[in-house]
Amino acid sequence: MRTKWSEYINPAVQQIPPSGIRRFFDLATEMEGVISLGVGEPDFVTPWHIREACIYSLHRGRTTYTSNHGLLELREGIADYLSSQGARYNPRKEILVTVGVSEALDLAFRTLICPGDEVIIPTPCYVSYLPCTELAGGVPVTVATSMEDQFRLTADKLEAAITPKSKVLLLCFPNNPTGAVMDRENLLKIAEVVRKHDLLVISDEVYDRLTYTGQHTCFAALPGMQERTIVLNGFSKAYAMTGWRLGYAAANEEFIAAMTKIHQYTMLCAPITAQVSALEALRHGKAAMEDMVAHYNRRRRLVVQGFKEIGLPCFEPGGAFYAFPYIGNTGLTATEFAENLLLEEKVAVIPGDVFGPGGEDCVRCSYASSVEDLTEALQRMGRFLKRRGLQNSKVVYI
Amino acid sequence: MHEILDLLQNNSRLTAAQIAVLTGRKEQEVKTMIEKLEADKTIIKYFTLINWEKAGVEKVSALIEVKMAPQRDVGFDAVAERIYRFPEVKTVHLMSGAYDLAVLVEEVTMKEVAMFVATKLATIENVLSTATHFVLKTYKQNGFILEDKESNKRLVVTP
Ligand SMILES: Cc1ncc(COP(=O)(O)O)c(C=O)c1O
Repeated sequence: MRTKWSEYINPAVQQIPPSGIRRFFDLATEMEGVISLGVGEPDFVTPWHIREACIYSLHRGRTTYTSNHGLLELREGIADYLSSQGARYNPRKEILVTVGVSEALDLAFRTLICPGDEVIIPTPCYVSYLPCTELAGGVPVTVATSMEDQFRLTADKLEAAITPKSKVLLLCFPNNPTGAVMDRENLLKIAEVVRKHDLLVISDEVYDRLTYTGQHTCFAALPGMQERTIVLNGFSKAYAMTGWRLGYAAANEEFIAAMTKIHQYTMLCAPITAQVSALEALRHGKAAMEDMVAHYNRRRRLVVQGFKEIGLPCFEPGGAFYAFPYIGNTGLTATEFAENLLLEEKVAVIPGDVFGPGGEDCVRCSYASSVEDLTEALQRMGRFLKRRGLQNSKVVYI
Repeated sequence: MHEILDLLQNNSRLTAAQIAVLTGRKEQEVKTMIEKLEADKTIIKYFTLINWEKAGVEKVSALIEVKMAPQRDVGFDAVAERIYRFPEVKTVHLMSGAYDLAVLVEEVTMKEVAMFVATKLATIENVLSTATHFVLKTYKQNGFILEDKESNKRLVVTP
């Protein structure tokens, strides 16, 4: 045996830097009384009718594998949903049920990317995008969005990032970590560039239902875009089903067939229990989902107003459950801000730089927490700023 | 407006300022709306949901089914009124089905319930019969699970 295990480990894996979130996790977990705004999942438990349907399915002994593609009924439900968004898919051939958007993302990359292909990724972005691109042999090309543009991708910035090796554009709106949304008008401009340069698009729309300003536009629903788009979506956020691990990809028949090859040999199928429950969510989950969305929306207003009052500039997030306030005027880096805030006031937020270029001067605050916890966290943050002579007004909503 | 009612039903201690922030309205606008809702009795009363058992109060509650004969012109209303005026009666519904009135008496002793049924309720004219069911345990009230054992333990930091 060689002296070090690392000598056996694939250099491509070794190269991946440890997650920036991980360090925070360790620090925050050890402390008592922490209010965490660092959680990227709903604080709601999965609605009862969905859990009940799950229990019933177990009673009935539904414990087998399903088709590699997933239960046909579920794919039909997904196709119906996508059709309501303006994109029509054949449930038999153009939809693949996966273990979360996470698996769908990995499959899409591995199916698409040849060594050296460039993937254009607007940042700040979900932490998996860059490492998954690299693991698939691709080259991530980041495009930093900015607060001035409401963290939207602009056609100009996209144009500037394109090279002869550009193959895919990865979109995620509503966005983690910024909460940015892009309306139809904004997306049409992106679609034009996509068409001009013959790009493909992977559109991660896992936060689509969590849109508060305007209406979500599915990228595949734009004229001419369905044929070049792989839509990824899932049940984690809309139905508070993160732990069930269920998502899907919708795309062209040939592409889904290719993805399914990898899926069948690596995953076989998504868990049947989660599939049955997801079907229940699609069929009867609308009211519960809308209720949760209404709660997020109130909390969104609360934190945006709160940040304003304690003196943190924050652009108004239109979707997901994150706010991304600007901390550049505190004289601290995002990491220093987050670390000191955690140590002094026991509030956990995530430094924006872990989400890539453009996030350096911001911190991600998840508002998927109770109004009471959010209020307390805002008070503590206000105190933290005041100690530094930065708080500019009184917090009135307490 | 419904959103304001929902919020208040859930937590009647929310101030107009807080509701304004949560709903994206102006504070004065919320104030005016609440005043109107109070004035026209859409909002009837603010109260507190208490787990009396936890407070060490060992009193009982009972659901009494009442069958009665309807009266000319007033139907069940006159009899219902004679019943709901008793202060120990907390809730009264006119029901479809096997009986007519559902009468809920709360926070009384067993003896008080017995006395109430035998000497007050059953003796009202047009009350044909009663059936008394004692509450053994309350799991959920007004939409709230009293002893919620469910816990949603999320990791403190996730991507
Ligand atoms: C943008 C984005 N995509 C994908 C995921 C992962 O979703 P899933 O639970 O479906 O794997 C997350 C989870 O945080 C996310 O924020």
